[in-house]
Amino acid sequence: MHKSASFTPEGLYPRKTKLTITISIVIVSTFYLLSSIMTESFLLDLFIKMPNVFGLIGEFFPPEWSYLEEIWPKLFETIHIAIIATTVAVIISIPFSLLTANNVTTNHWLYQAMRFLLNIIRTVPDIILAVVFVGLFGIGAFSGIIALIVFAVGILVKLMSEVIESIDMNPSEAIRASGGNGLQTIYFAIVPQVLPQFISFSLYVFELNIRASLVLGLVGAGGIGQLLNKEINFFNYPAVSTIVIIVFAVVVIIDYISGKLREGLV
Amino acid sequence: MTETTFTLPKKPNQRKVLIKRMIVLLVIVMIYFWTFSNMTINWGDIFSMRTIENIDRILPQFLQPAFSETPSILEKMVETVFIAYTGSLAAAIIAVPIAFLAASNMVKHTFWNQCGMWILGAIRAFPEIILAIIFVAAIGPNPFAGVLAIAIGSTGMLGKLYAEIIESIDMNVIEALQASGANKMQIFIYGILPQVLPEFLSYAIYRFEIDVRASSVLGIVGAGGIGMLITFAYMNRNWEEVGMILLSIIITVTIIDQISGFIRRRLV
Repeated sequence: MHKSASFTPEGLYPRKTKLTITISIVIVSTFYLLSSIMTESFLLDLFIKMPNVFGLIGEFFPPEWSYLEEIWPKLFETIHIAIIATTVAVIISIPFSLLTANNVTTNHWLYQAMRFLLNIIRTVPDIILAVVFVGLFGIGAFSGIIALIVFAVGILVKLMSEVIESIDMNPSEAIRASGGNGLQTIYFAIVPQVLPQFISFSLYVFELNIRASLVLGLVGAGGIGQLLNKEINFFNYPAVSTIVIIVFAVVVIIDYISGKLREGLV
Repeated sequence: MTETTFTLPKKPNQRKVLIKRMIVLLVIVMIYFWTFSNMTINWGDIFSMRTIENIDRILPQFLQPAFSETPSILEKMVETVFIAYTGSLAAAIIAVPIAFLAASNMVKHTFWNQCGMWILGAIRAFPEIILAIIFVAAIGPNPFAGVLAIAIGSTGMLGKLYAEIIESIDMNVIEALQASGANKMQIFIYGILPQVLPEFLSYAIYRFEIDVRASSVLGIVGAGGIGMLITFAYMNRNWEEVGMILLSIIITVTIIDQISGFIRRRLV
């Protein structure tokens, strides 16, 4: 026997993997403890405060249905803001997404500059955009529209430029070879390939805009968020719960419709 | 010579397509008509001297960030990142059981699958800011409310992505383990976990990126983090500070995106 009797097979995973996993778990949990202390949030607290939470949820019910009369105009304003902002953002993002796609924009510097600019725009939270535009243009729907346009352009251009970069370039070469100019190449070779995706992303951004326009109202940029802010400040919880239920329903319906449309498109 | 008759394939029914397109066009036109006829924007107010004055006054201030405020802003920014971290870690754990419930190859019962899907769908429909409002009302304006809002808001998306990953795993491995007599726990540890863990982690880190952005907004309703400073600075018309906050958010988000992108490339 060349093997000792007390042979134990090595673990299923090599030692290095085990070490990496252990170290990552330690780092993750230390960070968790640290952040728990920093944010004073311990899961135990949740159980202690449970009665409080349920008591408050009781206050939210029953919803005040007579409040609906006041909700409709603001709700429609929210939807209008989202529609206008999405439309304008789609129009603006077409040239920008062409400029940010490296197979259309062959100039390296222009391409990198555009990418950098859009990365910066996308890191700005929508609420800061709203705050700045409310400061510039005053309280109202217009500031919300402008903020949502900037917000939506950032996302749309990123998604669209990726689609444009992944298209089949042979048709555009063929059109160039048969003497098509730049515009003709874009219209006959690129547009048919990207149009379904483009519409699909526009609908997706519309969904995002509906959600975002709720937040914008909190700083006075129009829409149902303004109403929500007012009722919270008055501690009028039945009205708040009516708004929350309506918002929930609208988001579900719009997500459903746009999901169905997008399934049909792509 | 025999006369050959060419039988061309029938043209597809063009009329149906045409009618469909006309209806779509009509609906779109109606939606836009409804939108623009109801929108009341006071253009006179917007293109007035006041706006030009505002731009003249605010933009220069905005572009000179108040570097003197750096310590207090940095402190809140760190808190924001911690809120996002605690929230997304909690979500990454809560989402696992729900995802297993919703995955059709794990729980072979359509009713429970549908249940899981409905829970996740309902959570995703709630905008995070609304969750934050509810939690602030329930447990007071502190970072913990933000953590809870992030945790629950992220569970919806993570659970859905997790369920998709679980449904796409290789079931042969599990069959082999079953055939050699492994129990449920062993199947889970040796058959399922190694297949799903890298992608679970990758999505959890990706969600953390999103949560950093989200938690910087939650402070607006009092749920802790840098959002509170945004509200104060905005109410005091302190544009230098808003500029500084914006700068610190851009830098933090960019750094975190880079780090998480690096880790995710290593993982998958």
